Amino acid sequence: MSATLDKGVRVLKEVIDAPIASYFNSCVHCGLCAEACLFYTETGDPKYTPIHKLEPLRRIYEQEYTLLGRLKKMAGLSKPVTDAELDEWQELVYNSCTLCARCSAVCPVGNDIVYMVRKFREGMSAAGHAPEGIKGAVNRTVSIGSPMGVKLPAVQAQMKHVEADTGLKIPLDAEGAEFMVMLSSMEIINFPEYLSAIARIMHQAGKTWTLCSTAFEATNAGIQIGNSDLARVIVSRIVEGAEKLKVKTVISPECGHAYTALRWEGANLIGRPFTFEVKHILEVLAEFQEKGLLKTEGFETDKLTFHDPCQLVRRGGVVQQPRKLLNQVAKNFVEMPDSGFMNWCCGGGGGASAIEEGEALRLEAFKRKKSQLESVKPDRLVTACANCRIVLEEGLEHYQMDIPVVGLTEMIAEHLPESRKPEGS
Amino acid sequence: MNELQFLTWVRGPGLNIAVGIFLLGVLWRLFEIYSLGRKKDLSAPRQASGASGFHTIFRRSLPPPGMLKRSPVSYIGGYVFHIGLALIVFLFAPHILLIKNLIGVSWPALPSQFIDLMAVVTMAAMIVVLVDRINKPVKRYLSTFEDWFTWTVTFLPVLTGWMAVQHLLLPYTTMLALHILSVELLLVVLPFTKLFHVFTLFGSRWFNGQVNGHKGVPV
Repeated sequence: MSATLDKGVRVLKEVIDAPIASYFNSCVHCGLCAEACLFYTETGDPKYTPIHKLEPLRRIYEQEYTLLGRLKKMAGLSKPVTDAELDEWQELVYNSCTLCARCSAVCPVGNDIVYMVRKFREGMSAAGHAPEGIKGAVNRTVSIGSPMGVKLPAVQAQMKHVEADTGLKIPLDAEGAEFMVMLSSMEIINFPEYLSAIARIMHQAGKTWTLCSTAFEATNAGIQIGNSDLARVIVSRIVEGAEKLKVKTVISPECGHAYTALRWEGANLIGRPFTFEVKHILEVLAEFQEKGLLKTEGFETDKLTFHDPCQLVRRGGVVQQPRKLLNQVAKNFVEMPDSGFMNWCCGGGGGASAIEEGEALRLEAFKRKKSQLESVKPDRLVTACANCRIVLEEGLEHYQMDIPVVGLTEMIAEHLPESRKPEGS
Repeated sequence: MNELQFLTWVRGPGLNIAVGIFLLGVLWRLFEIYSLGRKKDLSAPRQASGASGFHTIFRRSLPPPGMLKRSPVSYIGGYVFHIGLALIVFLFAPHILLIKNLIGVSWPALPSQFIDLMAVVTMAAMIVVLVDRINKPVKRYLSTFEDWFTWTVTFLPVLTGWMAVQHLLLPYTTMLALHILSVELLLVVLPFTKLFHVFTLFGSRWFNGQVNGHKGVPV
């Protein structure tokens, strides 16, 4: 047994807990989880059955934590987990799983399969079997500060642009602000409209907010790769920044797994509850809306539909907010089939979009989104996750579908009364 | 050993051994599984998870949106044979009598003609789900020896019980003894195979419902 495999197996033993034991004992091999997984429904290949993706973890559970399994192991009757096997499983645990949790939502015996995949990835990454693409993203986040290699000067350059554009000051390291706004690299590089939208919305609502020079990047590839040690390093920066600036609420950007990392995993990673709240930008906007702090004018009149980011909706509980917000600025918003809680993933979540060799499979899986969109035929597609947005744009381009994708926050910002540019600026 | 001795054995020592293994097995397995514990969730709940675990225990008995259409045989076949088994086991007069003799409690039975019909329907449903397991690529792919074995040990008590009542193939005494023996086999293997889901499914649904209830998502 190689040293890394040894480490991986040790980690796998550590992550097994009562829920996992209960889940493995409950599985009756009915295969219904496959029917919920877009990698199976679009390829028809049974190896993509979600519970099958956990087979090495199941054997370790059986061999280490059950009496019969231990006896079998002592008698030399059980099949040990090998490096070759974990290598083969990389495709199943990373490329073909976006942690979307549809399987967990349908399993008739109640197994939370995605909970197990997330834990299995801890062992995979410890054993050195994580895909290069995500490894690179994690290394860049830990050493440089962001998965795409974005540093503070890039953010400051964008702040300047936005300040010039909107005439509003972008606060940096403002102590005692109510909100600390996080960004994702994707937004800094590809969707600069987001920061401008935030500035205008906060200004209109009369709220104090700030960016933080030591913690502006919200994405956490440590969660995607399944390495809690690295995920902790990344999340700690944000916690330290928020506590240093004494903010009340940290706002997660339009990025699904950044929300999961901060909102649900963060406190568990650092081992204590947060002293501040974590909210997704859509939750904050919906609160502004409820308090009458979000005044908009005019409506989008073309046909819009909303792609529910899995981590935000099914895994995060932010289900109604995007709908209420959309209806404030859109006259013709229609739901896709299976929308909301049972929505289908874009195919690139959970780090999958960072895996180059997974692209062909990802595009195959995108057929599910394609057919959802074909049944609605929207003029534009709205979403609230920068990663979904990129994956959707790639898929739409591949299938030559001419549907622009927009972020919900920017769309709202376009309807702020004062967002019409002041003359001469 | 003649038929009568065989029947006496399965009713006496055989039953004691089987029930003993079953009870100790269930207790041991439950301990082995749930004593592993889990870490406390330190993230702030969206709402107190309250009874969401219990809600999921009930909610998961119904197919989630869109699933019935995707796999009708699993759901309908599954419902029929599970409900059929429960009715036969707990509402057939001789079974109630046995339970009364063992622990002293009893309840009204269903007419035996109805139980006869249920046995046939249950066996038919079990054969349908077996054929489905052979035909559907995913189910076949997932299936191991254990799946075929547990199907068999679940099917045999229904078949032998029905044949005993109908006086088919073998003398009643022999068939009854075989029926009891098949139940004993089922009791012995239940704690150590996937049949143990009859116990763990409650825990699994509860964990899932509770974890997601914490996030404000009813699953």
